[in-house]
Amino acid sequence: MAFYVVQFLTGLASAASLFLVASGLSIIFGVTRIVNFAHGAFYMIGAYIAFTLTERLSGAFGFWGSIVLAALAVALIGVIVEMVLLRRIYHAPELFQLLATFGLTLMVEDLVVLIWGPDDLVGRRAPGFKGAIDFFGQNIPSYDLFLIVLGPVVLGILWLLFQRTRWGVLVRAATQDRDMVAALGVNQKWLFTSVFAVGVFLAALGGALQIPRDAVHHAMDLRIIVEVFVVVVIGGLGSIVGAFVAAVLVSELNAFGILIFPKISIILVFLVMAVVLIVRPWGLFGKPEAAARKTPGLTVNPWRPLTSNERLASLAALVIAATLPLFAGNYALTVGSEIAIFVIFAVSLHFLMSVGGLASFGHAAYFGLGAYGIAFLAKMAGLPMIVCLLLGPLLGCLGAAVFGFFAVQLSGVYFAMLTLAFAQIVWSIAFQWVNVTGGDNGILGLWPSSWAASPSHFYWLALGVAALVTIALRAMVFSPFGYALRATRDSLLRSEAIGIDAKRIQWTAFVIAGTTAGIGGALFAYLKGSVFPDNLGISLSVDALVMVLLGGVETVSGAVIGAIVYKALNIWLVSQTDLSKLVLGGFIMLIVVVFPKGIVGMLEMLAQRRRKSSPPGSPLLAKPIESAE
Amino acid sequence: MKLTVQDLNSHYGPAHILFDIGFEVGEGEVVALLGRNGAGKSTTFRSIVGLVAQRSGRIMFEGKDVSAKPTHEIVREGLGYVPEERRIFTDLTVEENLEVGRQPKRPNAPHWTREKLFALFPNLGEMKNRPGGRMSGGEQQMLTIARTLMGNPSLVLLDEPSEGLSPKIVEQMVDAILTMKKEGVSIVVSEQNLHFARLISDRAYIIERGRICFGGTMAELDARPDIRDAHLSL
Repeated sequence: MAFYVVQFLTGLASAASLFLVASGLSIIFGVTRIVNFAHGAFYMIGAYIAFTLTERLSGAFGFWGSIVLAALAVALIGVIVEMVLLRRIYHAPELFQLLATFGLTLMVEDLVVLIWGPDDLVGRRAPGFKGAIDFFGQNIPSYDLFLIVLGPVVLGILWLLFQRTRWGVLVRAATQDRDMVAALGVNQKWLFTSVFAVGVFLAALGGALQIPRDAVHHAMDLRIIVEVFVVVVIGGLGSIVGAFVAAVLVSELNAFGILIFPKISIILVFLVMAVVLIVRPWGLFGKPEAAARKTPGLTVNPWRPLTSNERLASLAALVIAATLPLFAGNYALTVGSEIAIFVIFAVSLHFLMSVGGLASFGHAAYFGLGAYGIAFLAKMAGLPMIVCLLLGPLLGCLGAAVFGFFAVQLSGVYFAMLTLAFAQIVWSIAFQWVNVTGGDNGILGLWPSSWAASPSHFYWLALGVAALVTIALRAMVFSPFGYALRATRDSLLRSEAIGIDAKRIQWTAFVIAGTTAGIGGALFAYLKGSVFPDNLGISLSVDALVMVLLGGVETVSGAVIGAIVYKALNIWLVSQTDLSKLVLGGFIMLIVVVFPKGIVGMLEMLAQRRRKSSPPGSPLLAKPIESAE
Repeated sequence: MKLTVQDLNSHYGPAHILFDIGFEVGEGEVVALLGRNGAGKSTTFRSIVGLVAQRSGRIMFEGKDVSAKPTHEIVREGLGYVPEERRIFTDLTVEENLEVGRQPKRPNAPHWTREKLFALFPNLGEMKNRPGGRMSGGEQQMLTIARTLMGNPSLVLLDEPSEGLSPKIVEQMVDAILTMKKEGVSIVVSEQNLHFARLISDRAYIIERGRICFGGTMAELDARPDIRDAHLSL
């Protein structure tokens, strides 16, 4: 019995940091409507700076002073980030905001390694809380008891701040109607900056308080952000009480999940999240979102099928691509195959995102599932390649069918967070379930059959599949299903009012996109000859988003161009520098802020400008989208 | 002149909504902006306080050009705005709604306190701690006006204050507006209801399809039944 009590208390102690970070995320979202992906990065910087300060400053005051100083320093960094980056993108679509803050996260990951090195750092114990308390033969660290008390204290302070101060009243008002607050003479800019500073302070404090419990390392940002996303989805984005309750719930599920499913404890959290989403899609303490902001698919020029000239040009491009093996070496062909595979991946995400208006932040899950599908079929069942290629993607299809069902219940940022959480769960399973998936070592030795074994043959196979997939998805855009899907994207309510079963259409689109991604993953497994958990990882999901974004979200052909340019650039970059995350992160932020329409969008705009003098259509980012009267 | 609007043009995306709008409001005057649904009354107000991103023209308030300023600075100059949709903060109590509107005293404008506003709108005083979302339409209309007055404006843009209210509440509204005028607040009130406008206004402008097509005193408007019938649905 005592063991369970101690386990429960450990869970409560873990909840404290999780609550601090989640409440910060919630507060920032409430006012600015930005889901701050970089929140995990701020948490991590908080821990690193606190580590350095506690090493330098001695004594009890030194320790506690360091914790607070670290949080304040990170809050200051947050203020700079808000003023330099976020102020430019408040009116951008949610996807751009998530991507920009993700770019920041990437940069921070490389920067902390540059500054503090790649090794885990073990921090000092807290003065006065070094020992443990005996509880019927079980030890409870006294620092855990401190954290257990701290959580509710912070909750109380936040409550007073929001209910009893003018600042809190203004923040709550702005959460509901920012423009009206401005129309009453309140300077929104500073309100936003201060809110961001408070939110970042909480995240950094959460990180700093972790150092006596856990080693500081450069991957702690992604781990916490995924947990935080799960917490806010369960608790309800924007609710501080919800963040507290859900943080306790998730931490307890983790603490006890390890006892029930030692290998795949995350399953329990997932099951609870699924139940909450079915019963209360907006979270336990959240409120249904008012009409969501328009998704990126706000085209001024409606999409049209290709003209016959454009068809010929595309065909010519394909033929030229097909002649590559005649003059290129094996390395170029492998790169070419990889690019073709990523075209499939990008096109599938583009279908979901631009045609369906559903920006998935975890699309790699289905790519990776396709790859694992191949691994299971080829290695365990020993099936021939052609059968594997046909059946392997079905694992992606299955995953998309299960997760998609829950994901399409939500929209906008909730959808993005949920897809990310799902992908991370699949990743954790692949990583932890060593008996089946090989864990970190992956599954090796997947080689194509002899008919596809030579680089040129494999290249032709990848190119052919990529072309077929692209044509099929394009055809779908202009089919009745595509019209219905675009209708749900542009106005969910109106499409339902004319009899479209919106959720079903979106779910179908999700499954189609997931299966297509699975096809890409299946080819990828054969190209590499192996499968690893990274094939399902967040960075791969983001790669796909950047490809679509780079090509241009609002265009139909953007994904293809984006995939080619991005993948080629990426392969080149990795061969040139060790700081590829830093460069890539900066690159993502640059596209979001400077070229929000992507390559194809830019070209189209230039072509249009040449045809007639400046069009009345305004750039996507220049102004908020308004409705007349 | 308290407020002068010249050559105001506004767009929503590709749609041109306002065409060369121009009008004036004198010190302490109540001016009605009359027009049908969709004529451009609300857009005119939203453009003046900077809530429409694409606009051009000159807006002079108390001799200062405010057309390039952001919304909150225009409002802090003393130009209050009461939106048609009321836009009460539904999660906030009556007192908290008023707190959001509170701004420092202004030398050239009447100073409003909570007590003074509760005297002007006695209903509000009886529900200080009620959340805005649990109030009737009439109570919300009073609250939205009171909230703007907390900013001590010297001029208020009142967008359709009588819309959707019962006759009894409309009477209270007329009294409140006349009290505001007596205190020295200049007012521009947009209305579809000519009878209501006549009770409170010194002068009127008529707006139709984004253009001003009449301006004059209420007596001059009454002398032109043709204009009245052509542009106002009565």
